[in-house]
Amino acid sequence: MFRIDFNKLRFLVCDDNPHMRRILRTLLHSFGAREVYEAEDGATALEMYSHYVPDIVITDWAMPIFDGLELAQMIRQPESKGNPYAPIIMLTGHSEKRRVTVARDAGVTEFLAKPISAKGLYQRILNVVASPRPFIKTKTYFGPDRRRNTSSAYMGPERRVGEKHEVLQQPSLLDKARSSI
Amino acid sequence: MAKNSARDIEVTAFATHHVITQPNPLRKVLRRVEGKDLDDPVGRAEQALAGLSGEFKDWMVTEVNRLSAAYVAIRNDGFAKDRRDELFRAAHDIKGDAATFGYPAAAGIAESLCRVIEHAPDLEKVPAELFTHHINAILAIVHENTKLDSISVSAELSRRLRKVADDYLAHVNRDRPEHLEVILAPGIVPVE
Repeated sequence: MFRIDFNKLRFLVCDDNPHMRRILRTLLHSFGAREVYEAEDGATALEMYSHYVPDIVITDWAMPIFDGLELAQMIRQPESKGNPYAPIIMLTGHSEKRRVTVARDAGVTEFLAKPISAKGLYQRILNVVASPRPFIKTKTYFGPDRRRNTSSAYMGPERRVGEKHEVLQQPSLLDKARSSI
Repeated sequence: MAKNSARDIEVTAFATHHVITQPNPLRKVLRRVEGKDLDDPVGRAEQALAGLSGEFKDWMVTEVNRLSAAYVAIRNDGFAKDRRDELFRAAHDIKGDAATFGYPAAAGIAESLCRVIEHAPDLEKVPAELFTHHINAILAIVHENTKLDSISVSAELSRRLRKVADDYLAHVNRDRPEHLEVILAPGIVPVE
């Protein structure tokens, strides 16, 4: 069994809602985290991301001006001077399948549908700490490997060609989002 | 501590993509626990969350007041993008937070309202009652939630409003199959 030394992790929390930030801060501190930085919009979060170099980003989706999806896209710039590989956990009230897909395609590492639970948040953090996935760079995508299931029958246009990293036995993002309910 | 140096990063090129691997930069925070581990971080966090619960009612009142104010602004000045966005965010926050705050039926109604805002082709043409019924129901739930007999009423109210909203959306999107598909698709979170 593994435990996480939360006191060695630095978190960046981005949510425009002060109540949700308070809840997240409370949960993270209870897990043992000491360094929790908070931003109330995506632009501030991006500045803080560059300045504090957090280990894990937890962001809401719907925020004014610069939302969590844009924040993820800005972080996942392979040529950026900052760290484009930090795990991003999207914590959101959006609960439609297509939203999960959009978040995945923006480079989000884990998706956690609200309402939030201590167990759901802990599991997502454990996943990103203990089981990081390789990153994939294509013409249109840079982010953690999006494939968690094997589908040898898939012959569509998005199938990658000629590689050996096809099989990663992990539950899909959608299944994990459902399992947190 | 999270960043590996460039020399630790291995890039393997394939025909259509690159696979980038690196040593786990967070491996140092993982600690193997032998035998019985009495530490329970999740239980500790749940307890801390319960400690906040005395504030949830006030927080919820703040959220519904924000929703009401957003709709009043729209009623006075119309559905400009910033006012529409604020109404959506206020409803969306309630959808996400209300269950945590102990108002699951309010979360369901807020979700229904979000769907109306997101999928109605022309918000100016949405009957005002559809908005006011949703908002008034959320207000009523927050103010009456302490009464035990109101819980089943809240859930029924939530179900009925969702039905009315979905019927409306299905009707106004009958010629927009891509919206209809999204509206009819099940969410990953069950409706209260």
